[in-house]
Amino acid sequence: MATTEAGIAPRPDQAGLTPLLEVEDLRVEFRTRDGVAKAVNGVSYTLHEGETLAVLGESGSGKSVTAQAIMGILDTPPGFVTGGSVRFRGQDLLALPDDERRAYRGRSIAMIFQDALSALNPVFPVGWQIAEMYRVHEGMSKKDAKNRAIELMEQVHIPAARERAGDYPHQFSGGMRQRIMIAMAIALDPDVLIADEPTTALDVTVQAQIMQLLADLQRERNMGLILITHDLGVVADVADKIEVMYSGRIMEQAPVHDIYASPAHPYTKGLLESIPRVDLKGQELSAIKGLPPNLTNIPAGCEFRPRCPYARDICKEQRPALAEVVPGRFSACHFAQEVLDGDIEPAQQ
Amino acid sequence: MVTSNPPSSDVVLEVDNLVKHFPLTTGVVVKRQVGAVQAVDGVSLQLHKGETLGIVGESGSGKSTLAKLLMRLEEPSSGKTYFHGQNIYDLQGKALRELRRNIQIVFQDPYSSLNPRMTVGDIVGEPFDIHPEVVPRGQRRKQVQELLDVVGLNPEHINRYPHQFSGGQRQRIGIARGLALRPEIIICDEPVSALDVSVQAQVINLLEKLQDEFGLSYIFIAHDLSVVRHIADRVAVMYLGRIVEIGSEAQIYEKPTHPYTQALLSAVPVPDPSVRGQRQQIILSGDVPSPANPPSGCRFRTRCWKATDKCAQEDPELTVRPGSDHESACHYAAVREDVVIQH
Ligand SMILES: Nc1ncnc2c1ncn2[C@@H]1O[C@H](COP(=O)(O)OP(=O)(O)OP(=O)(O)O)[C@@H](O)[C@H]1O
Ligand SMILES: Nc1ncnc2c1ncn2[C@@H]1O[C@H](COP(=O)(O)OP(=O)(O)OP(=O)(O)O)[C@@H](O)[C@H]1O
Ligand code: SF4
Ligand SMILES: [Mg+2]
Ligand SMILES: [Mg+2]
Repeated sequence: MATTEAGIAPRPDQAGLTPLLEVEDLRVEFRTRDGVAKAVNGVSYTLHEGETLAVLGESGSGKSVTAQAIMGILDTPPGFVTGGSVRFRGQDLLALPDDERRAYRGRSIAMIFQDALSALNPVFPVGWQIAEMYRVHEGMSKKDAKNRAIELMEQVHIPAARERAGDYPHQFSGGMRQRIMIAMAIALDPDVLIADEPTTALDVTVQAQIMQLLADLQRERNMGLILITHDLGVVADVADKIEVMYSGRIMEQAPVHDIYASPAHPYTKGLLESIPRVDLKGQELSAIKGLPPNLTNIPAGCEFRPRCPYARDICKEQRPALAEVVPGRFSACHFAQEVLDGDIEPAQQ
Repeated sequence: MVTSNPPSSDVVLEVDNLVKHFPLTTGVVVKRQVGAVQAVDGVSLQLHKGETLGIVGESGSGKSTLAKLLMRLEEPSSGKTYFHGQNIYDLQGKALRELRRNIQIVFQDPYSSLNPRMTVGDIVGEPFDIHPEVVPRGQRRKQVQELLDVVGLNPEHINRYPHQFSGGQRQRIGIARGLALRPEIIICDEPVSALDVSVQAQVINLLEKLQDEFGLSYIFIAHDLSVVRHIADRVAVMYLGRIVEIGSEAQIYEKPTHPYTQALLSAVPVPDPSVRGQRQQIILSGDVPSPANPPSGCRFRTRCWKATDKCAQEDPELTVRPGSDHESACHYAAVREDVVIQH
């Protein structure tokens, strides 16, 4: 399928190497009372050692669900993987029985969860929860595990870590809980780290420290990082390449510099234009009008069409495949080239 | 002074030296108090009608605790908050219910703040149970659907449960609920940090529109300094339980005088990969001090590049400093412009 192969072109310098992670044509649906919600509809990407892939996209576009499917922690039922593969160093994880798969979790692929509070157990002290990782996975003694846990809390800049290791999740601020989650995710030294909004609750100075910590880990251990975030500033700072998701599909994929310089998809363009800018203070922010499609009833044609300022007749009839626009850049828009060149006017309404 | 101080009749909320200390205990079975987390330690501020006060600052500096104190979801250790001239910590019964109607909060965490066993319709409509006088029973469903529509959710999804929505969608549910009772003040605790920039723009436009329409006052807590800059009229910067600098949006963003504010502004990531690594960023060295054991004198001194002996001995007051026209709590407050965000 051209649609999916387009998404897995390796970086030239990495060509020939087995990627760390290859997601191919991944599909996930939720069978709910209101119908079948198609949350992930053929997502493909590759991640190499030491690489940072940023995943951007509308809230509800399937970023977290994709990550959950990769991790094997999908809420099943109602969620089901209905197609595709997730290969870690060539091994298809989706083909493994549960118990074998579990061995990859935390060690090979770890995840920082978006909802820090609900991912932490409210009835155990946070230090204990981190230490538990070392006891269970590495068979450390209680004392060693506790000391490692405190070290890790210090590494993620929790003040007075030793004194506060016995505190419960609700006693920490939002940003502190987020850092506890980060500590748990990096505890076992994973090869791939999926960071789902890892710094949203952090002030920018702590955010800078955490991103630095992740960058160091990445360099030292050649870790691959999948960064799911809404923060276009952070993405500009750290990403190698970007995937932009909408309605469960990848709409655009490109190296970081290219996307910011000239987006090749109207949705990406809309996103970049929504960033608040100093010179626009006092004015209404530019926003993409309308709502994302209902996933139980995705319209024919381009998923973005009802909100797209450039939509033409063809957009209603044909769903654009993710295709290469210029070498290394992919976009799922019938007018990708025109959007890229800035050579298209909004359609008459 | 550049900051216009509107006549005091304009003040809807006045916070006077608010303090909240949480006891710190050890021992699993027998708890023993070994100290206190000084989450909020002497905060004073005013909120005017129709204005947006942005609050930014260190994670763990007490912003959410302050928000909860203002809502009276927490009781202060000391200090007062006046709402239309009445100290809210004295209110009881009907007067307290009235207060809770007039001050609403939209929470930071769109996951844990919504009851997973209630439908969206029940969540958004719940305030009407407590305040049945606002909307007649027969009108409720329609009103809830209107609210969902206002915040950009599909009104047909009224019977769904929170887990069926994405993080950003859940945040809009919280905003719809906050709006239900048409309050005077809405405290937004990171209302848009879970949203993508385009939805974020919608929500901010929405908040601004509602403000114009109903004369709402907002306290807007956020980590995204560009967003705060866009929406706020005035900005307070918090560090370790205290306000270290406060002024108009232009004063804080263009003429910051406190070293912490300057460090904060310098760390804002720029949405432009071509300037990666080129910005001069002030790196704060030193550990983040524990709020249970804050440094003597200036609380920022352990991480401040300007600190002297004086800073360890004398607690700098939040006051207008020479060479600038807004309040700053630094002995050596001085305008610094090279950290200003250019984009
Ligand atoms: N347990 C579930 N049951 C039913 N639908 C679900 C469930 N979990 C997720 N969904 C749906 O799947 C879609 C994708 O959700 P997902 O959490 O991946 O979004 P996201 O891109 O991570 O958004 P955000 O940026 O807001 O976190 C959403 O429309 C959501 O409503
Ligand atoms: N219930 C509690 N018990 C003990 N300590 C608490 C409690 N609630 C908050 N704290 C502490 O008070 C301090 C301030 O927390 P608060 O949540 O107000 O910070 P914040 O400024 O909102 O941070 P963030 O930006 O990370 O959300 C933190 O040190 C926190 O651990
Ligand atoms: S008072 Fe001293 S320690 Fe505090 S910010 Fe100013 S210079 Fe730094
Ligand atoms: Mg998500
Ligand atoms: Mg908070």
